[in-house]
Amino acid sequence: MTPAVDVSNLSVSLGGVSILDDVTTSVERGQFVGLVGPNGAGKTTLIRSLNGVLTPDAGTVLIEGERIHDLSSKAASRLVATVPQSPSLSFAFDVRETVEMGRMPHVDRFEGTTPADRDAVERAMERTDVTQFADRSITDVSGGERQRVFLARALAQETPVLLLDEPTSNLDVNHQIRTLELVRELADEGRTVVAAIHELDLAARYCDELRLLYDGTVRADGSPETVLSESNVERAFDTSAAVAENPVTGSTEVVALPDAAAATGHVHVVGGGGAAARYLYALDAAGYEVSVGAVNEGDTDASVADRLDCDAVTVPPYAPVDDEARAAVDERVRAADAVLVADVVVGSGNLPNLEAALAADSLVVVEGRPFAARNHAGEAAARTHAALRERGTVVGPDEAIEAVRAAVDHGNGGPRREDRPSPDRS
Amino acid sequence: MALHRLETGAWLVGLAVLLVAVALVSATIGPVSIPLRTVASVALSPLPWLSTTAPDTARTIVLQIRMPRIVLGAVVGFALAAAGTVMQGFFRNPMADPSIVGVSAGAATGAVAVIVTGISVPFGRPAAAFAGALVAAFGVYLIATEGGRTPVATLLLAGVAVQTFLGAVISYLLVYAGRQMNEAVYWLMGHLHNSTWPKAQAAFVVALPGVLLLHLFARDLNVLLLGEEDAHALGVDVERTKRVLLVLASLVTAAAVAVSGVIGFVGLVVPHVMRLLVGPDHRVLLPTSALAGASFLVATDTVARSGPAELPVGIVTAAVGAPFFLYLLRKREVHAL
Repeated sequence: MTPAVDVSNLSVSLGGVSILDDVTTSVERGQFVGLVGPNGAGKTTLIRSLNGVLTPDAGTVLIEGERIHDLSSKAASRLVATVPQSPSLSFAFDVRETVEMGRMPHVDRFEGTTPADRDAVERAMERTDVTQFADRSITDVSGGERQRVFLARALAQETPVLLLDEPTSNLDVNHQIRTLELVRELADEGRTVVAAIHELDLAARYCDELRLLYDGTVRADGSPETVLSESNVERAFDTSAAVAENPVTGSTEVVALPDAAAATGHVHVVGGGGAAARYLYALDAAGYEVSVGAVNEGDTDASVADRLDCDAVTVPPYAPVDDEARAAVDERVRAADAVLVADVVVGSGNLPNLEAALAADSLVVVEGRPFAARNHAGEAAARTHAALRERGTVVGPDEAIEAVRAAVDHGNGGPRREDRPSPDRS
Repeated sequence: MALHRLETGAWLVGLAVLLVAVALVSATIGPVSIPLRTVASVALSPLPWLSTTAPDTARTIVLQIRMPRIVLGAVVGFALAAAGTVMQGFFRNPMADPSIVGVSAGAATGAVAVIVTGISVPFGRPAAAFAGALVAAFGVYLIATEGGRTPVATLLLAGVAVQTFLGAVISYLLVYAGRQMNEAVYWLMGHLHNSTWPKAQAAFVVALPGVLLLHLFARDLNVLLLGEEDAHALGVDVERTKRVLLVLASLVTAAAVAVSGVIGFVGLVVPHVMRLLVGPDHRVLLPTSALAGASFLVATDTVARSGPAELPVGIVTAAVGAPFFLYLLRKREVHAL
């Protein structure tokens, strides 16, 4: 089967500046493919080349097997419909009139609109949920509604391929989701969709595949998980990033991080159940060598550690921390310049983690919610935690990283600070 | 504002009735006042199955003097308002009027050149004006076109520059006009004086088919309002459509200007007012503007010729149109398109 969109060796320049250079990619029928990449990467230019608006310097674009740039604009507009990023609004057409413009490719100049055209318009408005304000002026509807109106216009075009240029820009999160849910459904119904999408998380969540554009060409393609690898994202966006699976949606999530500082030192984190995830990101980004444990395989902290390539001590799912794991944790606590105890839920299974942390030279204890509220291991655990609090610096979740930094740099920042004056304090 | 077919039809019928009414009333007014009844019977006299009786003097005045002028006024108003509507949509610019690409300036140059030099050309001044109009419009188009593309902004600026240049040419010609000065200036003011049936017919033969053809592109004009790129994505062959619109609108304007001189404001104000009333859809806006323009010019010309001294109608359209436009502007009724 020929792909719905087939781009080969496409080069496009605007005003003498090369924007796309030798782009080759294809999209299978019924797929929802997201174009991602930094500003100026050429996402919009690629969209404008796919619908035939821009004439390429070299290369071909086949839409449903036809060379789009050899077709008349009318023939091309029966194959590809485009939802523009910021449509011009210097007019006061009402919503129905705007949607009806999507019938342009099908209407005979001498015959005018037919009942079939009007049906297609009503269906498109129905589908995008804009019927209830069909008689309002396009200038009087909200940004999210307007986006749906232009989507309806594209649907009224009844093309096999749908292009969207930044369909979620300028929308609040609710409308972003609604728009993409709708586009996702359209793809599931068999339309081929190519969309330039700025928000990586949304792209990962809704697209079947992604194409990562930067430096004028497609640098990575495939499933969101493969395209949005940390190294790809870092290279494309020139920033540190952490990539993980979103625990709610199960899709890939990208977190841009401040540039990795040149912090050195080893921090061991006592976590579990996701309590440590944010600290793992932040410490990793700050440049520390991070270890975590012991955590159960497959738990959030374990997978984050895996993503970040941290050293994790793991035990099987739901299994308690056994002697072997305890020994491994002890070893890391000894090696660490500081130990961070996240506000984990404590049961008899993971109590050994806390006990191991007692041996730390330098200790930071995060206390988001009171220990009593997350203690399921009774009096023994309470005593251990009290000892940890005694020996370490107790901080709120937001101060944890600063406290770790101080702990690594100056020894512990807790009660023992006076005993160990740091060089720059003396 | 969505208009159903019924409403559209109602607007068109209403405006057509208005035009007929204005024309009939206008025919009663003049140095000799003729009752409406007589005018009506004269107007209906070509219908063979109606036996009408009207005095011969009234017949002659209505059919040979007033009607040619009224019909010419209607045709010119029709053409200018239609061309103005198209130009405003085409340029996406509320200040656009029919002469924006130099049509009027070209026509004026042609007419003034013939008047001042006294050269005789076949079909006289209207032919010279018509030719001048088309040469100017084509020149502007050529200047603004590069590599098969005619950016609208370039076209606008080229039009302004060419108009300025032709203004200089006209002024230069007027310096040497001598005794023809009055005649030339009178032409420039825009008037429907000396209207004849042949003039009316000539203008009609160009303007009506021109406007009908433009109407076939009403949908394209709507889409062009969204921007050229959007229009392309919706299947409009943008450059070709722009060429067609430009040629037709220029022809229609040239036909009007050639027989009436430079009558301002009809092509600017009437489309704005109709846009307020019927909305931006050119399928409705274009024919209603054209009909309203016809009524407007017939009415203003009636005012122009009924005073103690006959005024060029261009003075009346501007004197009436500009304050009305400013009123709309102050009420914030007129915005961009």
